[in-house]
Amino acid sequence: MSLLDYLLPYDFSPLTVLSYMLVMGFYGVGLIRMPDQDRPGSLRIFAFTLGVLICYAVMQTRFDYYAQYMFFVHRGQHLILHHIGPILIALSNPLPVLRFWFEKIRPGWRRALRPLGWVYQVLQQPFIALFLFVGLIYFWLWPSIHFDAMLSRELYWVMNWSMLLDGLLFWWLIFDPRPPAITSSLGYGRRMLVLAAAGVLQMFLGAWIVFSRDMVYDVYEVCGRAWPLDPEVDQLLGGMLTYIPPAMMSILGILLMLRRAMHQDGKYTNQSKQLEETAS
Amino acid sequence: MRTRFWRQRTNIISATLTLIASLLLTGCFGNDEEDWNGKNISGLMPELEFDLINSQGKSVSGDDYSGRVRMLFFGFTSCPDVCPTALQKLNQVTSGLDPELQDEVLTLFVSVDPKRDTPERLAKYVDFFGDNIVGLTGKEPQLRELAKRYRTTFGYDEPDADGNYAVSHSSAIYVFDREGNPRLLMRPDLSGEEIRHDLAALIQEGS
Repeated sequence: MSLLDYLLPYDFSPLTVLSYMLVMGFYGVGLIRMPDQDRPGSLRIFAFTLGVLICYAVMQTRFDYYAQYMFFVHRGQHLILHHIGPILIALSNPLPVLRFWFEKIRPGWRRALRPLGWVYQVLQQPFIALFLFVGLIYFWLWPSIHFDAMLSRELYWVMNWSMLLDGLLFWWLIFDPRPPAITSSLGYGRRMLVLAAAGVLQMFLGAWIVFSRDMVYDVYEVCGRAWPLDPEVDQLLGGMLTYIPPAMMSILGILLMLRRAMHQDGKYTNQSKQLEETAS
Repeated sequence: MRTRFWRQRTNIISATLTLIASLLLTGCFGNDEEDWNGKNISGLMPELEFDLINSQGKSVSGDDYSGRVRMLFFGFTSCPDVCPTALQKLNQVTSGLDPELQDEVLTLFVSVDPKRDTPERLAKYVDFFGDNIVGLTGKEPQLRELAKRYRTTFGYDEPDADGNYAVSHSSAIYVFDREGNPRLLMRPDLSGEEIRHDLAALIQEGS
């Protein structure tokens, strides 16, 4: 196989390619056109681009072929779509670019878009966000659902897109750069609680797969593997990818939140105190 | 104000969402109306369609065998165990059906090893497994396309000193009804009796 065969999609999805092109197009044009003082630094631009690119790569290159016919590659794909990609995108803080484009929208259109904002606010309630984030993993890994998702092309695409979109929502909620003391973003304590809960719940599932003696996901057995790997090894590797990296990412997230909380400790309370003093 | 509004409603919203989710889940996990031994794949896969050559070397498509219940099975003639066992079982299943039902079902054996499996070799191989079986093969891209359509794959091992190599392929039997709609996915560990029950139900359904 040539290099081109590895880079071209296994299962070409025009909608997916178009979505990625639009995201990168709007991001790039926004960067060029926005005022210099708002523009993110090169590290942030790099993080955003890398996050988008790895998500694209696992959906629309040869990687997707291996993800369809190997359980552990499939788990790697979801690790990128639901964790690593969205984490990079959220940490890159694309808010200035979003704000730049939002200001370009006509007021009439903005009013029409308002229901979208309400849906967003509901989805970003901590309990709902946690339920969706962990629930989706459990849902798609439920053995009978997983079997169907791997057999049906439509379900497979719904699965991957739902993982990516939910990953973006969840990690944006967690890594929202706006300080909760003065904005409506979620408080650091709650962010850490949500992360800890998500980590523990994912560890239960991962451990269950790792320590299962039977074949839990036999669709790969029935439909053939990409190469003749021992089914038990495949399941073990897949289980470990569900078990260890997500748990580590929850802990890293908690550490990042602790660092931010400590940095901002007293910053805004002192400010408000000063404001009160000058006012009196 | 706004945050309080949302906070007060969080409990209601999350309760509703949990309810919806559990309803959806029970819907998904509910039993099929019919008591199939195989896995019901109605609506999960596209209808039967292919562009291959048969064991007489003629090009054929899915329409050429329409009107019968069809069992699609991937394999290769040098296959040491999986294919002969499965084909033997399918032969026993069909010959165990009522005589008038026997001609209503057809096994499509697709060889994914076109390099070794010439039409002649394929013809000899499938004849061994009864009358209601057709051997099919094609060029590798045609076979890849068919495999992809039914969410499966195949691969070749490195040849040994004698040029023999193993081929990995799906072990499932895909069952299509008379109209070519995908209906059941049979795992090879089903017994002949279980397969026969499902086939008889499918044949009688359309007549």
